[in-house]
Amino acid sequence: MSEVALVNNPNVGLDRTPKSGPYVNELTTLNLGPTHPATHGIFQNILTMDGETIVDAEQTVGYIHRAFEKIAERRPFYQITTLTDRMNYCSAPINNMGWHMTVEKLLGIEVPKRAQYIRVIMMELARLADHIICNSILAVDTGALTGFLYVYQWREFIYEIYEELCGARLTTNMGRFGGMERDLSPVAMEKIKKILAELPAALKEFESMVVRNRIFMDRTQNVGAISAERALNYGFTGPNLRAAGVDYDVRSLNPYSSYEDFDFEIPVGTKGDTYDRFLVREEEMWQSLRIIQQAMDNLPEGPYHADAPHYYLPAKQEVYRNMEALIYHFKIVMGEIDAPVGEVYHSVEGGNGELGFYLVSDGGRTPYRLKFRRPGYIYYQAFPEMIKGSTLSDAIVTMSSMNVIAGELDT
Amino acid sequence: MSDAKINIVEAPAGLEGQGFFATSLDSLVGMARANSLWPLPFATSCCGIEFMSTMASHYDIGRFGAERLSFSARQADVLMVMGTIAKKMAPVVKQVYLQMAEPRWVLSVGACACSGGIFDTYSVLQGIDRVIPVDVYVPGCPPRPEQILDGFMQIQELAKNESIRRRNQPEYKALLESYGIE
Amino acid sequence: MENVSNQQIIDALQGQFGEEAIYGIAESHGILQVTTEVEHIVPMLHFLYQHPVLKFQFLTDLGGIHFPEAKGQELGVIYHLHSLENNVRLWIKIYVPIEKPEVPTVTGLFATANWMEREAFDFYGIIFEGHPNLIRILNVEDMDYHPMRKEYPLEDATRDDKIDELFGR
Repeated sequence: MSEVALVNNPNVGLDRTPKSGPYVNELTTLNLGPTHPATHGIFQNILTMDGETIVDAEQTVGYIHRAFEKIAERRPFYQITTLTDRMNYCSAPINNMGWHMTVEKLLGIEVPKRAQYIRVIMMELARLADHIICNSILAVDTGALTGFLYVYQWREFIYEIYEELCGARLTTNMGRFGGMERDLSPVAMEKIKKILAELPAALKEFESMVVRNRIFMDRTQNVGAISAERALNYGFTGPNLRAAGVDYDVRSLNPYSSYEDFDFEIPVGTKGDTYDRFLVREEEMWQSLRIIQQAMDNLPEGPYHADAPHYYLPAKQEVYRNMEALIYHFKIVMGEIDAPVGEVYHSVEGGNGELGFYLVSDGGRTPYRLKFRRPGYIYYQAFPEMIKGSTLSDAIVTMSSMNVIAGELDT
Repeated sequence: MSDAKINIVEAPAGLEGQGFFATSLDSLVGMARANSLWPLPFATSCCGIEFMSTMASHYDIGRFGAERLSFSARQADVLMVMGTIAKKMAPVVKQVYLQMAEPRWVLSVGACACSGGIFDTYSVLQGIDRVIPVDVYVPGCPPRPEQILDGFMQIQELAKNESIRRRNQPEYKALLESYGIE
Repeated sequence: MENVSNQQIIDALQGQFGEEAIYGIAESHGILQVTTEVEHIVPMLHFLYQHPVLKFQFLTDLGGIHFPEAKGQELGVIYHLHSLENNVRLWIKIYVPIEKPEVPTVTGLFATANWMEREAFDFYGIIFEGHPNLIRILNVEDMDYHPMRKEYPLEDATRDDKIDELFGR
């Protein structure tokens, strides 16, 4: 190799694997996690390293196993909403509403159009909040802390909108079976309009800092790539699958909550690497803004919840004045209302993939069996395959871009 | 510079005269410690996201001298346990606590860390005080960032008012003894 | 896009495996479910995967279930298949006795089945024969029972502040 070629080859000098001496073929075992700061959640990876190259990885999960599915078998239906928040806590409203829609399917409740639109708005806000955190943390992991501090205030702002609708910031417990607990207040309307008007500028600023940034591109392009075939075989869904080039989105394939009314595009990547995952999430945020805009423009008039007194909690002032409302309130709160026998599967497009609820009801007050299809649990098992042959720092970035949420993964 | 608002920590009680200021070493060290606590965020679940809010621009824990997150247990002063601790995780919490050097404080954030919260199940540790001693409990599911800050300020109060040789007190030794910690 | 009807799936399955191997046919909100015998499950998934029209090539989920009352068929495994091209979903169920809960693994066909099967083993004690690494996944490794079976309690046994009287028990 000539001297010029040496200078121009970026890989020369990077390969530090010993070619001779006592350390040839010597493998190191490195324990990453469960409390490692860069793993965003508690996962353990035991890496076998050859120099700085990962040869093999063994995962351990379950460090935050809380037995959701067992609890769900002992709780009345409406109390399970509380559990779903704590699954993917980065986008809690999607989880809540996915569960509500599952139960509505079982009970056969028809939700009015206005409630469906409000749900769409809240779910898309949740998707924004989820992708904001995932992408900005990915930027932090590549060394750009500033972007995180800038876009995080918009996540705070989305929390404020949640507070208008349910009173909570993070674990929202939003809505009820049959619709929403309350209508969009004028304050919430104003705030949603503000986010539609002002988030694009902030997002653009964030993108201009990161997307064409040489350091960011070098750190993420061709890192942690997975082909479309492998991704499907591993059960990938959501942005991670779309980054690999498969346009599967539950919102368009099996529309729920009136998603068929909206005009939006599904971004897909080509390589399935970390950079593609980042770009797909960025584009999804723009599409979410589009959907929210359409939903706000065409928000139908009418009731914000279905007329289902057996399952929908009556208004508090009614409970004090009206005998019937008091009875229903008592029965619902005590979980004394039996559900019909049946078996339902319903899935929604969660923050990071197809979030499914498989519910078996034997006619009692609690589910007989409730299985959560958690996207994070299913695609995280591909992690060793994705990082094999790359370096340790690439593994961190890959994990960050996969957006695995520990609470969702371990239930 | 003149109209910039800079808050300076209040000096501890002491005797002041021309060119000198006398106070006890305890309160001087306490003041220094309280305003430069390095937290170790042990974030496992939902409360960890609220900690992110606490840390980010809006709430900014840096105002309390704690913006330097110490991910190494050896250099940390405050162990902030945020989120559910499963039984599988309990030995890890204890090990992290053991790795911390004195003086060390523990802030238990959220219902799960304090008592197991809504997860009274076979797989969840019913409160981290079963494995390590806790100084301040912050309730909530999850607590708002203001509450986490308040809990942190309570830790600051403790740090201010403790003797510098807390470790040598018999009560403290007995407490650690009860957890099987040397 | 839904050019595959549920009847077509039933016909294809019964044509391949015989009428007696496919039973418990029902439909729930448009999703077809069938029950089959344990020995058919792996060939059936391969058949559906390679079928030129049906193309059930996506394993959405796999989960266990426990029916203590059904003697000889206490434990069940439910396979949620999805044909992304036709947008059709299908559930296949199999049941095994609790004394001998042995089910062949499908990890050879779907890489994603790996952790799903480990989870079903962890929760229900269903043994997936041929699985590359069948160990507990979510619970601690020295646990000596399978907690999602109906007979085991949910609550933590070490709590002493819950007085039965106060809870009306």
